[in-house]
Amino acid sequence: MANYILNINGKRLEVEVDPSTPLLWVLRDHLKLVGTKFGCGMAQCGACTVHIDDTAVRSCVLPVSSVAESKITNIEGLSADGDHPVQQAWMEVDVPQCGYCQAGQIMTAAALLKQNPNPTEEEIESAMNGNICRCGTYLRIKKAVQIAAGKTS
Amino acid sequence: MSIRKTKIGRRAFIKNTSLAGGGLILGFSILNSCSTEKEKSMAVKEMPEEWFEMNAYLKIGDNGLVTIMAPNPEFGQGVITAMPMIVADELDVNWQDVIVEQANFNAEDYGWQFTGGSQGIRRRWEGLRLAGATAKAMLVAAAAKTWNVPASEISVAEGILTHEQTGKKAGFGELASIAATMEVPEEVPLKNVKDFTIIGTSKKSVENKKIVTGKPLFGLDYQYEGALVAMVEHPPAFGLQLKSYNDESVRAMSGIVDVFKIKTLEDGFKRGYFDTNAFTDLLVIVGKNTWEVMNAKKAMKAEWEPIADSKYLMDQFGTEVEVEVPGGLESTTDHYAKMKEMASRASTVMRQDGDPEKVFRNADNVIERSYSCPFLAHNCMEPMNFFANVTDEGAHLAGPLQAPGLTETTVAARLGIPVEKVEIELTRMGGGFGRRAYGHYAVEAALISQQVKAPVKLIYTREDDMTFGIYRPSYYATYRAALDENNELIAFHVNAGGVPESPLFPNRFPAGTVEHYLAEQWAIKSNITIGAFRAPRSNFMAGAEQAFLDEVAEAAGKDPIDFRLELLEKAKNNPVGEENEYDPDRLAGVLKLVREKSDWDTPKPGVSRGVSAYFCHNSYAAHVLDIVMEGDRPVVQNVVCAIDCGIVINPDAAANMAEGAIIDGVGNAMYGVLSFKDGKPEQTNFDTYRMIRHTEAPKQVEVHFVQNEVDPTGLGEPPFPPVFGALANALYKATGRRYYHQPFNADHSELLG
Ligand code: FES
Ligand code: FES
Repeated sequence: MANYILNINGKRLEVEVDPSTPLLWVLRDHLKLVGTKFGCGMAQCGACTVHIDDTAVRSCVLPVSSVAESKITNIEGLSADGDHPVQQAWMEVDVPQCGYCQAGQIMTAAALLKQNPNPTEEEIESAMNGNICRCGTYLRIKKAVQIAAGKTS
Repeated sequence: MSIRKTKIGRRAFIKNTSLAGGGLILGFSILNSCSTEKEKSMAVKEMPEEWFEMNAYLKIGDNGLVTIMAPNPEFGQGVITAMPMIVADELDVNWQDVIVEQANFNAEDYGWQFTGGSQGIRRRWEGLRLAGATAKAMLVAAAAKTWNVPASEISVAEGILTHEQTGKKAGFGELASIAATMEVPEEVPLKNVKDFTIIGTSKKSVENKKIVTGKPLFGLDYQYEGALVAMVEHPPAFGLQLKSYNDESVRAMSGIVDVFKIKTLEDGFKRGYFDTNAFTDLLVIVGKNTWEVMNAKKAMKAEWEPIADSKYLMDQFGTEVEVEVPGGLESTTDHYAKMKEMASRASTVMRQDGDPEKVFRNADNVIERSYSCPFLAHNCMEPMNFFANVTDEGAHLAGPLQAPGLTETTVAARLGIPVEKVEIELTRMGGGFGRRAYGHYAVEAALISQQVKAPVKLIYTREDDMTFGIYRPSYYATYRAALDENNELIAFHVNAGGVPESPLFPNRFPAGTVEHYLAEQWAIKSNITIGAFRAPRSNFMAGAEQAFLDEVAEAAGKDPIDFRLELLEKAKNNPVGEENEYDPDRLAGVLKLVREKSDWDTPKPGVSRGVSAYFCHNSYAAHVLDIVMEGDRPVVQNVVCAIDCGIVINPDAAANMAEGAIIDGVGNAMYGVLSFKDGKPEQTNFDTYRMIRHTEAPKQVEVHFVQNEVDPTGLGEPPFPPVFGALANALYKATGRRYYHQPFNADHSELLG
């Protein structure tokens, strides 16, 4: 067990956990930030995507010990009231079906647009390729990313 | 306008005045789901001070806000929005003033709260309309009484009651308290289709805002003070069971509370239809948090032993059947060898018209082809999980379930308490696809909570989820068609089977279109469990049949759409047999619509097109799928889809569902496979189980609905099965090769020789 003061969603939050605990479970179990989802636990599906210093990462394979110094943002901290352009676009396009993958999809999309405000269709597809949507909302995701890109750039 | 008796679900319409007023609103308001400034400015109503319950489906606030209960569990099919839309339309309330709440499981109020078989909207259509219309009638009666005018002179629109002659006007909120005390009418008028104001207009999901901001919605997100985390360990292979285990080191691990065994179903327990379970003896690890329990689970040492042949009794909705479970460790190679062998024999005849064998013997041209598919795992994105708190007072459960009614019965029986003492909260499901009709994980959670005497959240790892069973079965079908010298189809034969069930539908197209017809089936017993998977059986048969018909059309020198339409003409004018399941006009209808919308008759250079049409779950769907080759990689460029599911409640959400079904179909057809070696699933997580991803999805999907006034039928499943055939047929055009065996991207020579 070790003590960590984490910088999550602009707040300093303290947890006492085993250093090997993946950030995903620190968020979900210890901090009750359950917006970040568990899908595979092995960096294959993207459901657990969060931002570490604005880069999209898979929190299910990221030991908490490695992120103690970083700025962490999860879906619950992406915007104050769901008004991030990516979230807005998601609602506008009515993207979700079951919705379970969407927190991860949104976090990947938001990181993409931060780095590349005007991605081509192919760039969107390949940036999003690590995020599985079992319900098959890929086309709406692409459309929503394009709409959000129009708004952010 | 039609007059309907309100008898259906009458219990649900009896107002419960004790509930009127107050009450915590857990649901979600359109007010909070606004996505545009315009919508925000339109939504001005605050929460009411008092609610008046009109019936189980709706209550009206003193300021005119209306809470509508969504009765069926939501797993992405959109019923949490579509069902309240139906109620709201008949009520004539402004959709902006509607708050939607997910109902908990409560059979007395909501009947069969089942999500599956694409039956939700179809079965609730009339009941939901009555719920809205009844409440409206009571509001009208209240206005008539208050204003002392005849009810027939009162009109209602957008939450306002008006009496034109006297100029009197009142919002629902003003009259709700009186309306709630009015007699529930014996009969109520329902609207004509042309008068719908909400049905048929696109409304965004009422849960979007929660989804995109990561609010706790799903079973896995369920929070309960002091809840422990539990995981289970099941045998690593089908055909094995728990022999012994050693938990010494595990018990000492950090955060571990208890380790024990449970028996989900007692031997001799008469199972319900959804009690499928290969692994009834489980090892349980309970601890304080997920990561610690995961680690302990990995460290558990268990020994497994082979199962013997066994039998159990199942209550198949009133019919008792005995199910045989063979022992042994099965492998995919054996399955395919056995299926090939079975397919070569005469099997059980399910339908015969005319004298097919004689016609085949004398035909000018006989075409014979075989098709197969592997097992598939559902792979819902949210792994199986459930919350349970079992105390002396009863059992409180919460989580993702498609068939809570049946799970409740098993939970109660297994805990040894009356069903009235089991309370199930329905959370949003992170996918279902049939998998969550099988509620073993809820029973497991209840037993674990009972044992540790604490609230518990049971969580499956992805590996647990993928290897537990309840799969789409592996199937095999052989088709034969005979053409005469004029290239007319004169005989048709299908012989289909699988492990462990047959996929055959003997009375579907092209049955009824051909004089000499034979449908046979067979099955191979297995200890690998199966379950409903998006359009069960149809999800294989459609692909096989529609790919075969493409080849027959080609052999006959006919355009594949013309060929099908000619057959459907026969089925309409001169049907063979009386059992035919489909309506030839509606099946022809979707083919004609897809032909028009895809501009099928104009060849597109560089584009290879395949067509397919299918009827299942009371609805009709046809696809034209375009492939463009990029080097040797086939890219699905566009899919045009035509659907006839009657009245469409929420068109854009319906299109979303069809798009998803098409992407799901392409993914499973191209890549989906779950194989076995010595009883062990060879794919255990998404590193080995290939799911379709963004770059592989069709670049575009266009969805068109046949416009008619037929009562709505299902949509979750019908657009899925025809994808397989359209893809196989387009791939043939693109590559010159026919694709008979799924998944299409694999080499099947070793399995099939
Ligand atoms: S849960 Fe982390 S990538 Fe799947
Ligand atoms: S919306 Fe269901 S997994 Fe993506």
